[in-house]
Amino acid sequence: MNGSMRLEPKCESEACEAVRKAVENRQSLRIMGGGTRSTIGAPVVADVELSSRALTGIVDYEPAEMVMIARAGTPMSEIDAALETGRQRLIFEPLDHRALLGSQGEPTIGGVVATNASGPRRFVAGACRDALLGARFVNGEGEAIKAGGRVMKNVTGLDLVKPLCGSWGTLALLTEVTLKVVPLVEAEATLVLHGLSAGQAAEAMAAAMATSLEVSGAAHLPQTIAATVDGLDGACTLLRLEGFASSVDARCEKLKSALRSFGELSTLPPYASRAVWQSVRNVTPFADSESDPVWRISMAPSRAHEMIAALNEGDALFDWQGGLVWLRLAGDAQVEKVRRLVAQHGGGHATLIRADDDLRASVPVFHPQAAPIAALSERIARAFDPNNIFNPGLMG
Amino acid sequence: MTAIAMPPADDAIMARRAEIAAALREMVGDDGVVAGDNELRAFETDGFTAYRFVPLVVVLPQTTEEVSKVAAYCNANGIPLVPRGAGTSLAGGAIPQEDSVVICLSRMSEIIDIDYANRAATVEAGVTNLAISEAVSDDGFFYAPDPSSQLACTIGGNIAMNSGGAHCLKYGVTTNNLLGVTLVLVDGTVVELGGKHLDAEGYDLLGLICGSEGQLGIVTQTTVRLLAKPEGARPVLFGFQKSEAAGACVADIIGTGIVPVAIEFMDKPAIEICEAFAGAGYPMDVEALLIVEVEGSEKEMDDMLSRVVDIAQRHDVHVVKECQSATEAALIWKGRKSAFGATGRIADYICMDGTVPLGQLPHVLKETARIVDEFGLRVANVFHAGDGNMHPLILYNVNDPVEAQKVEECGMELLKLCVDAGGCLTGEHGVGIEKRDLMLYQYDKRDLDQQMAVRAAFDPKWVLNPAKVFPLEARGSGSVQAA
Ligand SMILES: Cc1cc2nc3c(=O)[nH]c(=O)nc-3n(C[C@H](O)[C@H](O)[C@H](O)COP(=O)(O)OP(=O)(O)OC[C@H]3O[C@@H](n4cnc5c(N)ncnc54)[C@H](O)[C@@H]3O)c2cc1C
Repeated sequence: MNGSMRLEPKCESEACEAVRKAVENRQSLRIMGGGTRSTIGAPVVADVELSSRALTGIVDYEPAEMVMIARAGTPMSEIDAALETGRQRLIFEPLDHRALLGSQGEPTIGGVVATNASGPRRFVAGACRDALLGARFVNGEGEAIKAGGRVMKNVTGLDLVKPLCGSWGTLALLTEVTLKVVPLVEAEATLVLHGLSAGQAAEAMAAAMATSLEVSGAAHLPQTIAATVDGLDGACTLLRLEGFASSVDARCEKLKSALRSFGELSTLPPYASRAVWQSVRNVTPFADSESDPVWRISMAPSRAHEMIAALNEGDALFDWQGGLVWLRLAGDAQVEKVRRLVAQHGGGHATLIRADDDLRASVPVFHPQAAPIAALSERIARAFDPNNIFNPGLMG
Repeated sequence: MTAIAMPPADDAIMARRAEIAAALREMVGDDGVVAGDNELRAFETDGFTAYRFVPLVVVLPQTTEEVSKVAAYCNANGIPLVPRGAGTSLAGGAIPQEDSVVICLSRMSEIIDIDYANRAATVEAGVTNLAISEAVSDDGFFYAPDPSSQLACTIGGNIAMNSGGAHCLKYGVTTNNLLGVTLVLVDGTVVELGGKHLDAEGYDLLGLICGSEGQLGIVTQTTVRLLAKPEGARPVLFGFQKSEAAGACVADIIGTGIVPVAIEFMDKPAIEICEAFAGAGYPMDVEALLIVEVEGSEKEMDDMLSRVVDIAQRHDVHVVKECQSATEAALIWKGRKSAFGATGRIADYICMDGTVPLGQLPHVLKETARIVDEFGLRVANVFHAGDGNMHPLILYNVNDPVEAQKVEECGMELLKLCVDAGGCLTGEHGVGIEKRDLMLYQYDKRDLDQQMAVRAAFDPKWVLNPAKVFPLEARGSGSVQAA
């Protein structure tokens, strides 16, 4: 982007005005929150940067109602601090991309929503899109629109909240988001299975998920990756339990006996449990090699490890019962091969989450879609942003 | 009753009935088309029985390919096409218009694939909600969203309405348990959204489809999340002398971090109706009843229930009834799950479905009583209290035109009450035609224009279920055409 001009509207009506001006002047807009994820997607060439940085503040937080309403530019640190005073949290564990991307700045809640940034608990408790109850946004004609609401169940009209979440700023400028929040848990523990291959780990994780023990995290770290995480050694398959202390203890014992046949087991105490899940959530094992490309691949849990075996290179960290693969390759991103293998192993999608500008400009960063879905998505985008002024080209 | 208008039928389409039926027979065979006047009556309404319109033709496809052909034909000829599952919608979502073709998915009822390693089931859209859980029950799994109509309603209908149920407090509603769909677009194009993996490679179209009330495409097949069954489940019954105390108790339970699977509320009229029908053993000397169900091992349930009972005691609970056996537990749920049916035996009723913030429950209950009383009607409240999803059943006599008119007006007032309290018009039943004309009470015109622009991205000519959701007078300006 040229970076010549930057706008920081301080309220929704200023944001509408900024967008209307851009339409009038035929200018495109690069939407920016904290900028910590701005190297994801195709490089955007835009005339003006439209920042949410001055759209800040928690508008309403009622712990008893389990709802938080915040302006889009509110830093995550402020959100987290407020939630801590209410002894609550965001259940989807938003991941922070700074370590992985080597980026600076403060992530914002709007950025979390726009990227649907969701961590290890996503596979059982839902993604950001599941916790997002409502949003206010400015569309590509400079109109302020509301979608959804603040209540837990709402099927009134089309659910526009869903496509906005994960639209990477290509549909609208989010100005305010309403999220469901949940009470903190009393206790957590992580059971570790040692020395499994990725295939055995997939089986073990599936077995754990077939029990009624409410596992809330299931990840596999092969030996090379586990070696970079404090407190882990050798290949580690991690299974997290959360809840009331007595229940966590009891379920942990049951889970151990259910998985005994998979070999050696140990348990991580709460502080170590929290630390390893923080590493998985933020993909910190891939933090120190910024030049190597990293893929984020979503597949059927039972197939992902087969795909990685077929690829036969790089380092893979498996989350979400094995269905989410963070894959680091040395040097060449193997764009076509990776996507071909995904398709050959039951399908899914692969996003090139870390890559240099040149590569991001020359290959599709987001997984290419079947032609009719791409055409439909394009029509939907034009329904929000008729002139294609928001983050043009970012999603390909 | 004529309060809710359908768009005027197109005479040109009406005149082509025989030709349209013949064309559809070419696509799906003779036994897949219903065109006889008597047979068509079976499709004239749904669970919102106050309104009835006999459709032009009903088509019963058996494959995605047939659905695709029918959609392409209707789109090319500008014939309204109304998708239908089991026709249990309470909002009139499946009620046809006179110049429409109804496409009913009930013959597409095959369970295609059950995959425990990925905790997913792939089924055709006409499979009933309960059939999914039944198919996996012996292996220790279930499909979580459980609308009370689960014996009859189809998964396709559930997706179109984003249906919920009593146990959604813990497990979420349809959208939170949906992994993929095969969707036929209005021009006949077939697309696959999602699958056994999570989240989308682009925009979350699956999330947009869910709850779209048959207006964006026709779901022919779906992949849904299976969950391992809990070790055990046990409800406890609380009776309160005051509805407000019950409401406050709900908010407190949720706030402590206990996640019951369900918190259901019944007021005195509902208790009386359900008890008379099911003999569930409900206490009769209380104003309000809560059913709180927890899951887990015996010990976990003991532990959680004792916490829940403590909280209830802080709210002056009058009766606490813990279950001693599975039979007792089943009876408690039988009472609750038969609430609609039992009410239907003593009077006609309409069921409202607004959702309110938890803290507003006591206020909304009080106002509900006042409003219904003003209309000279009676109400029974039975609802999903844990997520603030109200279900006032307003009783009336369908054969009394004055009452029928009054009940509709009263229902509208109750929905406005929910919106005024910071909530919404519908938590799980959908807008359909029932709440269509109230949409501008909850949304600004601009908000609806944005939704309609997205709708038009899927269905530019408004062929799919066009009479629903969006107020007729709100169409035709902005970026969208009138139906
Ligand atoms: C006694 C009773 C109890 C109920 N309890 C609950 C409850 O607890 N929770 C709840 O949420 N609802 C409840 N409902 C409402 C109703 O059962 C649900 O809305 C259900 O999901 C409708 O499913 P159906 O197959 O009957 O769909 P229909 O009524 O046939 O159709 C509903 C809507 O879906 C569309 N549609 C249907 N199939 C498809 C498809 N394949 N593709 C695209 N669109 C489609 C239709 O056009 C229509 O708009 C209850 C209804 C009754 C009668």
